[in-house]
Amino acid sequence: MSVVQPEQDFRIEELLASVIVGLIGDARHVAVGATSPIPATAALLARELGRGRPRVTILGSRAHDFFSEGGRELFDCAGQGRVDVFFLSGGQIDGGANINLVSTGDYHHPQVRFPGSFGSAYLYYVVPRVILFRLEHSRRTLVPKVDFVSAPGTSPPNVYRPGGPIALVTPLCLFGFDRVSARFRLRSVHPGHTVDEVTDSTGFAFDRPDVVPTTPAPSAENLRLMREVVAPQLADVYPKFAAKVFGIEQRRAG
Amino acid sequence: MPLIAKNLDEALAPVVDGSALLVPHGTCGVAMEATRALVRRGTRRLRLIALPTSSLQADLLIGAGCVDAIETSAVSLGEIGPAPRFTQAMLAGALRMKDATCPALYAEVQAAEKGVPFMPLRGLVGSDLVRHRTDWRVIDNPFGDNDPIVLLPAIDADVALFHAPMADRAGNVWIGRQRELIMMAHAARTSVVTVERICDDDLLSDPTLAPGTLAGFYVETIAVAPRGAWPLMLPGYYAADEAHLSEYAGLAATADGFARYLDRYVHERRAA
Repeated sequence: MSVVQPEQDFRIEELLASVIVGLIGDARHVAVGATSPIPATAALLARELGRGRPRVTILGSRAHDFFSEGGRELFDCAGQGRVDVFFLSGGQIDGGANINLVSTGDYHHPQVRFPGSFGSAYLYYVVPRVILFRLEHSRRTLVPKVDFVSAPGTSPPNVYRPGGPIALVTPLCLFGFDRVSARFRLRSVHPGHTVDEVTDSTGFAFDRPDVVPTTPAPSAENLRLMREVVAPQLADVYPKFAAKVFGIEQRRAG
Repeated sequence: MPLIAKNLDEALAPVVDGSALLVPHGTCGVAMEATRALVRRGTRRLRLIALPTSSLQADLLIGAGCVDAIETSAVSLGEIGPAPRFTQAMLAGALRMKDATCPALYAEVQAAEKGVPFMPLRGLVGSDLVRHRTDWRVIDNPFGDNDPIVLLPAIDADVALFHAPMADRAGNVWIGRQRELIMMAHAARTSVVTVERICDDDLLSDPTLAPGTLAGFYVETIAVAPRGAWPLMLPGYYAADEAHLSEYAGLAATADGFARYLDRYVHERRAA
């Protein structure tokens, strides 16, 4: 995962963060949830590029969290439409963008048990742009049908749903998601990987253009900002990630 | 007025076998010293409600056999990895889990704060969580038209248990910015609080401290437990002990290793 690839002077984490910055686009408020260090990197990079816009909230952070009413305030804020972008993952993600954060196999006799659904069964509905990310791109994780729907990718028209998925980012590629057809569409394949590799590693069917572009490498400016400006800010909430990817020494109060 | 107890065990008297115990997530002020005391005491059949998630606290209580059922949105050690005893117990079918989503738990706590039987919440419709949560209901919004919405029952918690920086001699507790702890105390029938220290001032008389203060009215007992959230963080005071949490994750990967952890850090009082 974090191996520097030959002929490239960036890490996969930096590439993925750079892809996610492109997906964030213009936003007022980007929130980042539990165990999401790459989205956190991207959100902070977007803020640097936008000279302070969007506002970034990182759960579990002291510096990047303006809430004074804790998690309750975050979810109420999102429910009012005051969070524009959020990130979700899943132990399993299927071709309809349904996500499973609970278990595989029978719910009452699980084969694998994941931590739980966190805020997904709410934020997936109310945050306009949810970016899915999964750091294992395999037929085990990207499946035809999830065993448990923590949160569905799409909902019937009578269900209140201003939000939902716009894309799925993996170490191999970027998929866009079409809410009308409820299908993913391959948008680009990362440098060093191929469409065949994506097809072989993906358990669900997806759409693709005739010619699939290669994901652009992170710009020199994005790399510089990530390494020099963003990385030290990450250590507050993701010390292990900041140390592993950016070589930031752990220096925590205590 | 709350009892300022002589020791932890005295303070923990309101928590009995079978109690429904409401606890906060790992970055908010978790009463870990008190949790170790519950394990030492051999507490059984707890119904744990973790708002909205838990980390080491739930894993430790589950591994030590203190918990029958848990309602929460996730149990995980965060960046360190899965919560090993929770995961093992779930795979073994040894734990009743009421899977939730974070805002649903906050809504259930808010309902209890208000003394109303339920709270509506957006989202959720079509999630398998609703299918398995037979205590949740989907109704048609009575103010709308063909608009399904989920109703969540008020949380039913006997005791809220958490750790905070300080309390005054009248039992008012300063929790600072961690105001969801105040929600928890309002929602539960009573609260047990551990604090870093007791201060001589009246916390409610200082306008800068009062908004971050839980009135002692809601608190039954208080005990002083210096570094009482260790190895988890107390925001603004100390960080999580990442090295210790990694050691825990390694040991708790097996039942034998977990037993060694208990011997070393729970049954023997830590020297740190």
